Amino acid sequence: MSSVQPATPHPTDIYFFATCVVDQFFPGAGMDAITLLERLGIRVHFPEEQTCCGQPAYTSGFPDEARKVAAHQLTLFPNDWPVVVPSGSCAGMMKHHYPTLFAADPARRAQAEALSARIYELTDFLVNLLDWQPQDTGGECTVVLHTSCSARREMGVHLTGRKLLGGLGKVTVAQQDHESECCGFGGTFSIKQPEISGAMVEDKVKALKATGAERVVSADCGCLMNILGHAAWKDAQEGRAQPSLPGEHIASFLLRRTAR
Amino acid sequence: MSARDRILAKLKAAPNLPKPEPDVAAWFAGHRPVENTADKVARFRKCIEFAHAEVHAVTAITWLPKLREVLAARQIDKLLVAEETPHGNAALDELPPQGIECSTYDMPIEAWKTEMFHATPASLTAARAAIAETGTLILWPDAKEPRLMSLVPPVHIVLLDSAKIYNTFYEATQAEGWKDSLPTNALLISGPSKTADIQVTLAYGAHGPKELIVLLMGDEQ
Amino acid sequence: MNAQPIHFKPSEGFRDRAKAVVDNPFLRQSFRGAMDFLMSKRAGQFPDVEELESLRTLGEQIRQYNLGKLPELLVRLEENLTRNGIQVHWAETPDEANEIILGICKRVDAKLMVKGKSMVSEEIELNHAAEAAGIGALESDMGEYIVQLAGEKPSHIIMPAIHKTKEEIAKLFHEKVPGVEYTDNVDALIQIGRKVLREKFLEADIGLSGVNFAIAETGTLCLVENEGNGRMCTTTPPIHVAITGIEKIVEQLSHVPPLLSLLTRSATGQNISTYFNMISSPRKPGEKDGPEEVHLVLLDNGRSQAYADEQLRKTLQCIRCGACMNHCPVYTRIGGHAYGTTYPGPIGKIISPHMLGLEATATMATASSLCGACGEVCPVKIPIPELLMRLREESFSAPHPNPAMRGQGAGYNGLVSFVWRAWATVYRSPMLYGLATWAGSRFSWLMPSSQGPWTTVRTPLKPAPKRLRDMLKERG
Ligand code: SF4
Repeated sequence: MSSVQPATPHPTDIYFFATCVVDQFFPGAGMDAITLLERLGIRVHFPEEQTCCGQPAYTSGFPDEARKVAAHQLTLFPNDWPVVVPSGSCAGMMKHHYPTLFAADPARRAQAEALSARIYELTDFLVNLLDWQPQDTGGECTVVLHTSCSARREMGVHLTGRKLLGGLGKVTVAQQDHESECCGFGGTFSIKQPEISGAMVEDKVKALKATGAERVVSADCGCLMNILGHAAWKDAQEGRAQPSLPGEHIASFLLRRTAR
Repeated sequence: MSARDRILAKLKAAPNLPKPEPDVAAWFAGHRPVENTADKVARFRKCIEFAHAEVHAVTAITWLPKLREVLAARQIDKLLVAEETPHGNAALDELPPQGIECSTYDMPIEAWKTEMFHATPASLTAARAAIAETGTLILWPDAKEPRLMSLVPPVHIVLLDSAKIYNTFYEATQAEGWKDSLPTNALLISGPSKTADIQVTLAYGAHGPKELIVLLMGDEQ
Repeated sequence: MNAQPIHFKPSEGFRDRAKAVVDNPFLRQSFRGAMDFLMSKRAGQFPDVEELESLRTLGEQIRQYNLGKLPELLVRLEENLTRNGIQVHWAETPDEANEIILGICKRVDAKLMVKGKSMVSEEIELNHAAEAAGIGALESDMGEYIVQLAGEKPSHIIMPAIHKTKEEIAKLFHEKVPGVEYTDNVDALIQIGRKVLREKFLEADIGLSGVNFAIAETGTLCLVENEGNGRMCTTTPPIHVAITGIEKIVEQLSHVPPLLSLLTRSATGQNISTYFNMISSPRKPGEKDGPEEVHLVLLDNGRSQAYADEQLRKTLQCIRCGACMNHCPVYTRIGGHAYGTTYPGPIGKIISPHMLGLEATATMATASSLCGACGEVCPVKIPIPELLMRLREESFSAPHPNPAMRGQGAGYNGLVSFVWRAWATVYRSPMLYGLATWAGSRFSWLMPSSQGPWTTVRTPLKPAPKRLRDMLKERG
């Protein structure tokens, strides 16, 4: 399902769909992604009217509500530019679920399908459309990469983040145990089944820390919210002042590592 | 209305959504290259040995001595054989003079169940054919060589003609026209009985034979 | 023996049962270890991704093709089985199925039924019904024998006793099997089971089994197993009764090899099981063993409800390999018993609501992060995460006439639905979204430090002081 495209002309303009989580909770990650894209010579357009892809309602069993919110996003991208999303799970929603969501509404379905073809997860866009070869300007460091389940299984882009990090000369990417396993976020799952979700994130944080990496990076802020939230909680429980597992969006890390 | 009619009525009331017929033949043609006999023998052997079976290459001349050797190595002096089969008759002729008692499956199981379960240490049957891909013996038990012969005795010895190894199960069923001729019971056997039900630890001899020994009959040379 | 009825509401107490396992490091480690083992075994069977994907596609096509013709194929199966001398019975409910089986037992005054592994017999609570009718029902699959001896239920559809350590089993055998010394040697334990059960095979009046595939064109019942107890149950006693769900049918013999390959490789990482047992008739004149009578019970139990809906019908593609549970991070954390249903794990979540009604199972579909690991490994490509979302919708939507499922609306909560409607109103309107998120960032200090379930193991969520859109504006 990886969206490796035939050689397309290097895009000059893109739309940036930030996602509601980035807009409200990780705005720095959004800024860094935009700055990175601009540094690569891209004009980034941020449709001000954007809100949320609708996924929270969709996965919770409220497709009608999701459809209303999704219908609004359908109207935001009039030009035929790629839509870059700094989240595998929101990109997955727009790329794979919008057409299903509007199956019974031919006009919107056509719009959804046209949009679907233009949706790119950020790391996929950087690697497969821009063929970006990052030049590392930082010192030696070890990081660990967490890929969201949607990026991995729905978008099939689990290799692109790894490729970008692998291109950084002085960065070692550690390999965590059970890498492909879910961190336990799952949207409302973390609220409805806190015991199971808690056990999953506990195991995930342990596995990430066991690598000895200095930080975790991920292309999905939902996972980061969960993973970093648990790591910080554990630090507080155990009286650590310094975060034992700092983390950030992969865009922030890449931007810093390739600063000239 | 009977349960049958109610169930069928519900199913028939459901939307009729016919789906295209799958092309099984094309998949096998594209994914399972045809191998020559030597390759099939080697693959069969590798797979069934991996599943803990013991395999001996034999010929029409050496199979009986090998059989004797296999039994002697286990200190088994009694073998269940099938009368009226060439291999059974050969065993009946040759083994008793050499101190191995041969019993036969000459009456319905009800008449000798206890002896079968308690006093039959080994059996000899033929395999109809085999499958290289999975290291599998194909048995079609019949009146002469009944079903329990390959199940109850703790040691099961099987005679297999190496010319009768198919690449795949699919090929075997097609080449032999199984769909028009299935017997009471057709069996695929791919090793001795086993289980991993206790702490995923593999143990052999769960309910069927603890040992499966294949005498693989090839050419003289 | 002391089989407990499971027809309680699995939804009730689910979180408590899950928590009990999550809080038990020992159990958690043992499930993790076992599932890791099964996952690596499966992976070893599919080194070639193209082969795997094309075979899964073929498996999906075979199952969908056969489901597409289900009513017709059932009739053909019945015709051909009958022609072969196998007696066919139909049961709409578990009670009807039990009645049929116990009727056969009573006709011959059966004292003992030995059972090969059959999840459908668990589904209908056959052991319980037999016991009530004074008929012994003895499990003979080693794992099933162990859980029966312990008075428990299987915790996995392929590995019923996966939750037990060998020490626990050693203790159990020592206490429950007369004359057995304590040993935790696995080989020795299996030999004890073999010895006990062989006597029972000799004694039994009825052998019961499940069915992995029923072939319509030939009238054949196929069984997959490693131990040989399935062959014992279907060969030694004078009567063999097989029971299966109505969906386990294929039209053609040629459909079986691909499904068999997918099944054993996905389930336990074996290229084939030790035995593949194809039964097409009772003992024929002149044959010296095999049962004189063979029966097949075809069970509906809610499957026709799944069948009636195009999307839900995909649930019936299942070949019960268990790979979805082996790869499920939720199953790995809580094991099989916490689900409270015959079928645990992802397959249990999507099939149980049809058997027990959504009113009893509404919680199950929420116990998933929708990570997609199940759908990724399912050998017949059942889109399990999509089906879970559908079940959430069926459960949470307001009750309406002509629902697709029994218990539709069981999880309906007016307040929750109102919150989602309000959410949609805000998130579809840039103005309201702008206002709400502006307020959120401005007053993030108002966010409580305790945020319910989220903060049991995480720090509270706080919106950033400036939204991305504010930062972009400032940048100009
Ligand atoms: S749903 Fe798929 S993976 Fe799960 S048991 Fe059924 S066939 Fe196997």
